[in-house]
Amino acid sequence: MKRLSRKEALTLLKSADLLGLGAIADKVRRKLHPEGVVTFIIDRNINYTNVCINKCKFCAFYRDEDSPEAYVLGNRKLFNKIKETIALGGTQILIQGGLHPELGIEYYVDLLKSIKSRFPVHVHGFSPPEVCYMADKAGRSIKQTLETLKEAGLDSIPGGGAEILSDRIREQISPKKIGKDRWLEVMEQAHRIGMKTTATMMFGSIETPEDIIEHLDAIRRLQDKTGGFTAFIPWSFQPLNTELGVKSEELRVKKRQRNFKLQNSRTLNSELHTATAADYLRVLALSRIYLDNVPNLQASWVTQGLKPAQVALRFGANDFGSTMIEENVVAAAGVKYRVSIEDITGAIRSAGFKPAQRDMYYNIIKKRR
Amino acid sequence: MSINKIEKKVLSGKRLLPEDALALFQSDDIFTVGRVANLISEIRNGKNAYFIQNHHINPTNICVNRCKFCAFSRSKGEKGAYELSIKEIVKKLGTKAQRHKGTEGFSEVHIVGGLHPDRQFDFYIEMLEQIKKRFPQMHVKAFTAVEIDYFSRLSGLSLADTLIELKNAGLDSMPGGGAEIFDARVRNSICPEKISGTRWLQIMEAAHNAGIKTNATMLYGHLETYRHRVGHMLKLRELQDRTGGFQAFIPLAFHPMNTELSRKAKGKRQKAKPGLMGSGFKPDPTRGTSGIDDLKTIAIARLFLDNFQHIKAYWVMLGEKIAQLALMFGADDLDGTIIEEKITHSAGALSGSALTRSQLINLIEKAGKVPVERDSFYRPVKG
Repeated sequence: MKRLSRKEALTLLKSADLLGLGAIADKVRRKLHPEGVVTFIIDRNINYTNVCINKCKFCAFYRDEDSPEAYVLGNRKLFNKIKETIALGGTQILIQGGLHPELGIEYYVDLLKSIKSRFPVHVHGFSPPEVCYMADKAGRSIKQTLETLKEAGLDSIPGGGAEILSDRIREQISPKKIGKDRWLEVMEQAHRIGMKTTATMMFGSIETPEDIIEHLDAIRRLQDKTGGFTAFIPWSFQPLNTELGVKSEELRVKKRQRNFKLQNSRTLNSELHTATAADYLRVLALSRIYLDNVPNLQASWVTQGLKPAQVALRFGANDFGSTMIEENVVAAAGVKYRVSIEDITGAIRSAGFKPAQRDMYYNIIKKRR
Repeated sequence: MSINKIEKKVLSGKRLLPEDALALFQSDDIFTVGRVANLISEIRNGKNAYFIQNHHINPTNICVNRCKFCAFSRSKGEKGAYELSIKEIVKKLGTKAQRHKGTEGFSEVHIVGGLHPDRQFDFYIEMLEQIKKRFPQMHVKAFTAVEIDYFSRLSGLSLADTLIELKNAGLDSMPGGGAEIFDARVRNSICPEKISGTRWLQIMEAAHNAGIKTNATMLYGHLETYRHRVGHMLKLRELQDRTGGFQAFIPLAFHPMNTELSRKAKGKRQKAKPGLMGSGFKPDPTRGTSGIDDLKTIAIARLFLDNFQHIKAYWVMLGEKIAQLALMFGADDLDGTIIEEKITHSAGALSGSALTRSQLINLIEKAGKVPVERDSFYRPVKG
């Protein structure tokens, strides 16, 4: 198979027939994963704090430090959550939070050590913005910070905070968050010291198809260098309760007043509306085709719902992500498709695949009936 | 027959046999099935994807039938049972019409309800007359075949006379509900109290003969097999050959009680419907349809029902995401804005209870289709 160029990818993203694109992505997926297995992981999202100085405009989860809803999770609660996860057959916890001005590297080291000394659990934690914040506050390099975290028990790093890896867009939707280069640097350093990571992409805000290609290309390039990404996870912006969501609502009214016509229906610039199912599948299928060096592609049932996620399994995805025993961030934006492990395995089966529980490295732990 | 042969058959304008449709259901190649269905849809309706601004009214949830898959119905006197008077119905419509003042407004009201044990045929005649008196321009699409059968028994009139009386009172067209699945054995398991499939078809034929256009539905994803689905569609195709009275076919994905929403409501519902859990029919979440099955069913309906002009992706049942995708798999209609829908949402549908005109237009355009706001007979409405 030949590699897609940026230009070709852009053309496909903008104008390919969706079913045609899906058919190609489905073929690629079959070639990479011929066994007809769709994997998932039993884990829990634990958000140690919702206090965050970044205040991204697409986020409905963060709070100011002095907000009555601000919290930092205590150890007792944290341990209980982990116990419950393990009792449910979980093997991993995903720990992410905000950039809390009062928490230094010592907090994270203690957190990791206290977890690892008590539980045989894989800790997937701290997205690049958090890692950079820790490094900056401690006056250490990214590499040193990652080594410290790894030594304290961190196993792998989630691909969050990538949003769209295009600084033009980041300046508008998350001006205080680390830029494209630093996000990539954290991932590269993590890969170099032997840590695996995932990569995400949040689309459907104000980006153009060009920005999506820039993002995919950055991931592909780094993956060529390190091979450290286990999976790519695209998901679509959920506008409720976010600054950006409100703004685009205003914008929509304005455009209507000027007698603005819905013209560019086939472009992905969703100033007017957030991503539809068709947009989601288009980005997903293209990701499968473009990222020929990333082995796994996740369907996002959390943002799309179970049925569209089943369809996604025929548009390139081979993994159903996490069972999400707990999920707070997307839920804060008004989207809640809470499901049980049986719902997940049932959905995978009725889509025509064999469900299997996996770990973070995509090793199959348990085949599921 | 291989899928490529079936494709050739379709493209040469030949009618598919039931075996062909079955082979399509068994095929894994959703992309070819979808592509050909989309092509046929575009030959028939261009790139148009229709929608309508409509309003649903369910006059009562009190029903003597109590079908096992229905989460909406109640018995008289049961908690949650309600009935709207004619005055209330007209008032509800008035409020909605007021909201749409200055625009074309919603042009259709869709009225279906339970089989109320006490109401007489005259009640329904008067309801139609009062609505038409107050809103002469409004299209009244009302009463499933199940209700028509009930009216005919209430009034002692023949089917034909029942329908003529309703038509004279203002009935403009009929929805396609109550068809469920025609196969007698499956039907008997899911809705033993309901009229038979044969009776449903008989009523639709009588309606068509009385000059009343109707829709046709199929409830799938419960206990039926692919063969039952094909058999169901075959019966519809045969009737359509005789009358031409069906406007649209609407496959309805069965909603098992899964998801958090329904689990929350489960305790309540069990209490309210003691018959459900004791019966042999237990909704099983893993038995629900997959999104892939939903799209395939739409596509095969488009290919097999070569005498139906419109295939509707009813977004309330499918969810707006699958409904949008269905527009690329052969559907050409999303139904409407549907202000106030109660029946599917009682079964835990996750779709919102209404879509705005602008949301519908966006879904259609992002599917690469041309949005056309229609009236009840699929004539474009001036925007």
